[in-house]
Amino acid sequence: MDSFFANVDWPEIVRATRDTLLMLGGSMILTVLFGIPLGVLLYLSGKGRLAANPVLNSLLSLIVNILRSVPFIILLIVMLPVTVLLVGTSLGVAGAIPPLVVGAAPFYARLVETALREVDKGVVEATQAMGGSTFQIVTRALLPEAMPGILAGATVTAIALVSYTAMAGVVGAGGLGDLAIRFGYQRFQTDVMVVTVVLLLLLVQGLQMLGDRLVAAVSHR
Amino acid sequence: MIRLEGVTKRFRSAAGERVALDAVDLTVDAGQVFGVVGRSGAGKSTLIRTINLLERPDAGRVTVDGREMTALSPAELRAARRRIGMIFQHFNLLDAKTIAENVAFPLRLEGRPSAEVDRRVAELLEQLGLSEHAKKHPAQLSGGQKQRVGIARALACAPGVLLCDEATSALDPETTDEILTLLDQLNRDLKLTIVLITHQMEVVRRVCDRVAVLKDGRVVETGATADVFLHPQHAATRAMLAEGEEGFETADVPPGGRLARLTFRGGSTYEPELSRVARSVGVDYSILSGRISRIRGEPYGQLVVAFTGGDAEAAVAQLTARGVVVENVGTAG
Repeated sequence: MDSFFANVDWPEIVRATRDTLLMLGGSMILTVLFGIPLGVLLYLSGKGRLAANPVLNSLLSLIVNILRSVPFIILLIVMLPVTVLLVGTSLGVAGAIPPLVVGAAPFYARLVETALREVDKGVVEATQAMGGSTFQIVTRALLPEAMPGILAGATVTAIALVSYTAMAGVVGAGGLGDLAIRFGYQRFQTDVMVVTVVLLLLLVQGLQMLGDRLVAAVSHR
Repeated sequence: MIRLEGVTKRFRSAAGERVALDAVDLTVDAGQVFGVVGRSGAGKSTLIRTINLLERPDAGRVTVDGREMTALSPAELRAARRRIGMIFQHFNLLDAKTIAENVAFPLRLEGRPSAEVDRRVAELLEQLGLSEHAKKHPAQLSGGQKQRVGIARALACAPGVLLCDEATSALDPETTDEILTLLDQLNRDLKLTIVLITHQMEVVRRVCDRVAVLKDGRVVETGATADVFLHPQHAATRAMLAEGEEGFETADVPPGGRLARLTFRGGSTYEPELSRVARSVGVDYSILSGRISRIRGEPYGQLVVAFTGGDAEAAVAQLTARGVVVENVGTAG
């Protein structure tokens, strides 16, 4: 057993796992915080919607598409000065979070927009007919009705973030993915590779199960 | 109660401009059940939506309960909408909320205190026979039950007006009947003014005091339901009424007969007027088509007959004298 895992530095694995979880948790919270309002704005400003505004919609859409089309590895590097400005460092968990959020929030915003579009227009109309304001329609009708889609989108986003965190190792972020690349790949330490990949797999599996349960809990169709 | 004056609505699309409503004038008195019929695309849906301004007209004025809807500020309009209930073809309930929460929804939007909301919701669920479903979600209910929830929700803020947008079109005949009975009851018990749009003539026949016929965005005919249905003036009305009715072929009629449409209303419907007159004048008659039914509870009979072998004119005169409306529909053969 020990001979097979000869290269594995277990305390290092624990630290890397903690870093991955911190990066994931921190960036996920911020992604949701920015992604939901952005998704709501994309939806509301869309054609035929409550606050239809073609100029705002095209502008938001363009920004979202630009951010989504830049490969994450490039985004990491381009973001360096901004990251330093925001969190004072480009290294470690703190340094990884801004690029992770900028990479994931536009993606999540699109998923939120899609979930909102799937809500029957009749529900919006009924709420309007009951004297609901636009704010009430969004917060009391649209978001609760779209909750299964919004949570499913969050699950997909969280899993995408797991693979993004691996790339964040490039800018010195640490974490399991970084370990896999530096030791497992670059130093041919297969045992380290196996351990990190298994841990990442467990993380992804766990996220998917958690997401599925949350979606099931709020689905009433 | 509700007044539409010169209401015009145009829709613009890539294909060009389409006039959905063309200078529509309409008055609905308090406590009336008012039906708007028309084929799909006639503008019914747009018309009912202009009443609570879900569609803002391009021109014209909408007044509900003395308030000019088209002149209100956004906040005033929201307040006015709370006094106008609305139910929909596909119910438009919130799937994520329970039945009780759905009924509570308009009260919560208005910011009423929780204790009051709970009391009102319990009362409404009881009234509509939904108490046992309070904790269920809409997906667990049948269509008729969902529409009851829709009605409970629409009544939550004690509106004076109820708008029904094809409210029975997605229901089976039995459930439609049940919902119509309920609407009729609400109209009588709560003095609720009801405006309903439908393409089902049967719905109008059952519950409407007055009816307007809409064609290509214009009101082509309006009046008391019995008058419009028994003596339709406009071709569009006749065409809608003729749908699904078995007609007779003029060729089948014995030659030389004088054809007449006889309309009996109210008490005389069940009197043997026709046979009395035939006996006293000495004419024969064959019934070519007929219907005996009720419009808004009032019995009526309408027959097309061919008079033969006697003084048809005298028969017509006697029938008219007895309160039967006789319309000449030609001579056979």
